[in-house]
Amino acid sequence: METQIIKFYQTGSFAVGNRLLDESQRSVQANMRRSNSLNSGHRACQGCGEALGARYAIDAAMQATSNQLIAVNATGCLEVFSTPYPETSWQLPWIHSLFGNAAAVATGVAAAMRVKGRQDVRVIAQGGDGGTTDIGFGCLSGMFERNDDVLYICYDNEGYMNTGVQRSSATPPAARTSTTAAIGEEPGNGFGQGKFVPAIAMAHEIPYVATASVAYLRDLEAKVHRAMSLRGARYLHIFVPCPLGWGAASEDTIRLARLVVETGLFPLFEAEHGEVTGRYQIRHRVPVEEYLRLQKRYSHLLGKRPAVATIARIQAMAERNIRRYGLLGEEA
Amino acid sequence: MDKLFAITLDVGSSLANKTGTWRTYRPVYVDRLPPCNNQCPAGENIQAWLYLAEEGRYEDAWRKIMEENPFPAIMGRVCYHTCESACNRGALDEAVGINGVERFLGDQAIKHEWRIEPGSPTGRRVLVVGAGPAGLSCAYHLARLGHAVTVLEGADKAGGMVRYSIPKYRMPREKLNQEIKRIADMGVEIRLSSPVSDLAAEMKKGRYDAAFVAVGAQLGRHLPLPSSGGVAVLDAVQILRDLEHEEAVPLRGRVIVYGGGNTAFDVARSAVRLGALESLVVYRRTREKMPAHRSEIREALEEGVTLRCLSTITEVGTGAVTIERMELDAKGRSQPTGEREMIPATTVVLALGQDTDLGLLTGVPGLRVENGLVQVDRNLATGATGIWAGGDIVPADRNATVAIGHGKKAARQIDAWLRGEVLRRPAKPELASADMMNTWYYSDAPRAIRPILEAVRRTSGFAEVVGDYDEGTALYEARRCMSCGNCFECDNCYGVCPDNAVIKLGPGERFEFNYDYCKGCGVCISECPCGAIRRVPEAI
Amino acid sequence: MLKQIEGSHAVAEAVSLCRPEVICAYPISPQTHIVEALGEMVKSGELDRCEFINVESEFAAMSVAIGASAAGARTYTATASQGLLFMAEAVYNAAGLGLPIVMTDANRAIGAPINIWNDHSDALSMRDSGWIQLFAETNQEALDLHILAFRLAEELSLPVMVCMDGFILTHAYERVDMPTQQQVDRFLPPYEPRQVLDPREPVSIGAMVGPEAFSEVRYLAHAKQLQALERIPVLAGEFSTIFGRESGRLVHRYRTEDAETVVIAMGSVMGTIKDVVDEMRASGVSIGALGICSYRPAPLAVIRETVKGARRVVVLEKSLAVGLGGILATDVRMALSGLHLHGYTVIAGLGGRPILKSSLHALFERAGRDELEHVTFLDLNWDVVNRVLERERTTRRSGSIAENVLRDVGVPTASGV
Repeated sequence: METQIIKFYQTGSFAVGNRLLDESQRSVQANMRRSNSLNSGHRACQGCGEALGARYAIDAAMQATSNQLIAVNATGCLEVFSTPYPETSWQLPWIHSLFGNAAAVATGVAAAMRVKGRQDVRVIAQGGDGGTTDIGFGCLSGMFERNDDVLYICYDNEGYMNTGVQRSSATPPAARTSTTAAIGEEPGNGFGQGKFVPAIAMAHEIPYVATASVAYLRDLEAKVHRAMSLRGARYLHIFVPCPLGWGAASEDTIRLARLVVETGLFPLFEAEHGEVTGRYQIRHRVPVEEYLRLQKRYSHLLGKRPAVATIARIQAMAERNIRRYGLLGEEA
Repeated sequence: MDKLFAITLDVGSSLANKTGTWRTYRPVYVDRLPPCNNQCPAGENIQAWLYLAEEGRYEDAWRKIMEENPFPAIMGRVCYHTCESACNRGALDEAVGINGVERFLGDQAIKHEWRIEPGSPTGRRVLVVGAGPAGLSCAYHLARLGHAVTVLEGADKAGGMVRYSIPKYRMPREKLNQEIKRIADMGVEIRLSSPVSDLAAEMKKGRYDAAFVAVGAQLGRHLPLPSSGGVAVLDAVQILRDLEHEEAVPLRGRVIVYGGGNTAFDVARSAVRLGALESLVVYRRTREKMPAHRSEIREALEEGVTLRCLSTITEVGTGAVTIERMELDAKGRSQPTGEREMIPATTVVLALGQDTDLGLLTGVPGLRVENGLVQVDRNLATGATGIWAGGDIVPADRNATVAIGHGKKAARQIDAWLRGEVLRRPAKPELASADMMNTWYYSDAPRAIRPILEAVRRTSGFAEVVGDYDEGTALYEARRCMSCGNCFECDNCYGVCPDNAVIKLGPGERFEFNYDYCKGCGVCISECPCGAIRRVPEAI
Repeated sequence: MLKQIEGSHAVAEAVSLCRPEVICAYPISPQTHIVEALGEMVKSGELDRCEFINVESEFAAMSVAIGASAAGARTYTATASQGLLFMAEAVYNAAGLGLPIVMTDANRAIGAPINIWNDHSDALSMRDSGWIQLFAETNQEALDLHILAFRLAEELSLPVMVCMDGFILTHAYERVDMPTQQQVDRFLPPYEPRQVLDPREPVSIGAMVGPEAFSEVRYLAHAKQLQALERIPVLAGEFSTIFGRESGRLVHRYRTEDAETVVIAMGSVMGTIKDVVDEMRASGVSIGALGICSYRPAPLAVIRETVKGARRVVVLEKSLAVGLGGILATDVRMALSGLHLHGYTVIAGLGGRPILKSSLHALFERAGRDELEHVTFLDLNWDVVNRVLERERTTRRSGSIAENVLRDVGVPTASGV
């Protein structure tokens, strides 16, 4: 009678925790003593993906550094909802300066730590996609090319949500924002625009670049840990759904963060010194409609007369990612 | 530190902002009814014992089964495990192998001689008539509740139809004997070869306070077939009983079994093992309509049993029987076509169902028998005060699992009645249906295949066909359980809350919501893998 | 120790003596020689325990400085002109966060038209940013002011901008008395931040403050500048005790006692003015000069006290509030409120236009006769200006004024004449 080796833990690595796993192998978020770096009482909207992503990432970084961590925050939702006078939700030393300078401020903090011989204290900078891919891009690129010892985390919710859902360079094609109305010949945001900053980060050949999604906690935490094990400039781009800005139900935040990956629209990968070293392989591939359907920002594509050609273009973007990053394993 | 006014803030200060006031819906933890539990005729809390088995706590898991069912080793073999058909995991990959895990746990208990202690004596005496699965189950539960139980059995061995109609290749006798012995060891008196002919007299004689009657349906149903007498026409029940007694059974040459139930296949498969030239099952309806369990049919075909569906036997000749072809009418019922055919036959075995012998109940006041079945209420009480009935003699599906459930139910009713109470049924929780769950989180894990004895080896003897799970496989299979509707502490709610409004209480203690901060976004509800959180509107 | 060196190098050496821990540098003329020299000192190890960071813009320079300072490092940077404007958002932010950053502004004009030469438009554009702004008259004072600036900044937890005239000071080789390390260490204790990013005592710095507290925050910024007004003379006193010379007072008075005419100015032009004052005094004219060292905070009381006995005040400034007139003059007017004396505004030296002694002689003589216009543009080429204005009165022309002016003075332009 053949026997098989048992390595099955009911929910494997997909759920936050798993009582069947040894405690040392569980996620940071499963820990009763996790740091809750972003504490309760913050004013993020219901179901905010950014609030979740920030706690996931910072808690992991706190664990990786034994709480020797300083955070620099760009202006944006995360900053506004976490630190309205007289209350802050942050549990670690944290500074907010401006919208476009988080990476540079972090460079300064890191320089101070180095000159003071406190290299055990690590520095992260964080901001939304506007503060990262647009207004803060110069400082980000500067921090990258100098290889400053900073982990920059971009919480990408694909638009300027804090100011009322305007388009950013991370807004995807066809999405409706308040500056890309769903009217005219090409409703919503145009095709052939925007930028994918992880790829640009890789072009700087910095030690570490990774993408993550709040729906893949263990992957996200592993990437933060990997990032914190390295010195120099590191970049983590986390996909964080915005229920308000996307016109999605608040309970669908993680579902959306999962579907965007399973469709291939958002590749999860990591790269070291400009070369891809790992990718998440799609587990249950789904067509892009399943992702689009849950969001009112795409409602003009669906409905009674679906914009078949536009949906096909979005599907083609997913296919290109799958091909480019090898998201289907051998099939790719 | 000399902090700047308003610009520099102290950590932890946001706790003053109780964001719970934003909420219009609140999440509430619930325990829903898993479909397996809902389906189990014996009322086992399958999800609960799988939960314990997942952690390798086999004895605890076994004890959880034993709260409902004293026969895990038997059930792990003969139960038709409709729980697995109901299992939500079936839609994801394949149903959890509940039956195999149960058998593993039952065998572990036998191996390690785990025991169940009887309850503290109440001084009340209960008579159980029939030592089949219903009677023994009732006796066991009554013993746990502290009652003195006497089981009277007409046959010379206990086990009822499990022993007398299920062949050894499906139910090894040492396992059966061990599980019965464990009940006897609790102080239950099992008197064999003690048929009861007059229940009222027996109760009076033994000064019993109550009785549970479960004598089973032991009479093979006959069909008057025109016969020339050249082919032996036998009764399936009798053949299986003879097999149990290891008496010579005339299943040789060309054996034709008439009927489509499990008993028919038990005989057909036994015939193969006894060296019959041919073993043919003739059934009047289609194969899909056969009442026999799918696995029983499949294994029989693998062993060389042949089927002839949509056929009736119209006449038994000499060396042959006449078969009439049937066809389905517009309503899907089988109708005779008049097309007949002779096929060679040495023996015909009738497996057309069983009837009861309820002579012992004659003259019991208030007790009603209709169509050979004792009429009972939903609590299995007969019309006669202090007398309950269950198993194959009451209107219900006839199988061991149902019988075991009857035994438990009757025992609990008898106990309440003896204490002068009315047993209140707890409200049945909402069913945990697949649409309440988020199955993304369960790792892809195809069902572990239970080793099956090679067909050649199993047709040459009565060795057990379906093998055991080894520990690793049993653990693997237990861990495939999705814990439908019941928190299994995956920490998802604790992790996915953007407001840290879930408090983790520690291993085995589950979680609590901190409604001071919960904004009611519902992410915990959609990401709970097993559907153990309900959304409840706030009264505003 | 006496040295004959370039102003920029003098400043670099002084900064180095202040033991800065983080220096961020982005090139822009005429400030570049300072950070070049500092970069060399860090690279050679002469200045150790210091991070020298080549950043990608002035905005980044000030942002890196913000981060470093907030994390408790003594931080320095330098800029000028467009660079100061490019970092403007961060300049305000550094002051708002109370970070004691010291920055040199090598004063230069602001374009368009682009112009690399000296005036004070850049520094004065930041007058409301909350920074302390000190103006140096000489290279000696420029280097001294940096030492004083660190002390003042760290005492008050406010950033200080040391303004020195681009090229005129930065590129001039002059004799300076370079202090010793011991002297500087005596004057400037190690930096102990008021508040700091430290995992041992976490705080959130940079909260969003709404209407309920914003006015109070702004008033406190104002109050801090008023404290600086008290501290600057005290620190200048300490400075002279240790270093043996006067530097960095609120103002520098030159022959203002009993002067009927007081000329007020900032920066290196004070040298020329003092020469003219001396010459005019020699010929019996009652004239003196008041150099403003502390532009922010504005030493209103000292100005008032100095000029209250005079008959007239001439504010000569290298800046222009377009559509208004003087910037410094407007500030001075606040100090003179209620005093009955003539006030004249002279806009001079814009974009590096030389301020000649001869021009000043003529100017001050006319002032003495109270013949000056309310606002005077010194040495303006009225022919050109009038021709342009005349033409614009008759034909509306689009296009660059600068190009049109060039055309009018006869220089070939890209688009022809």
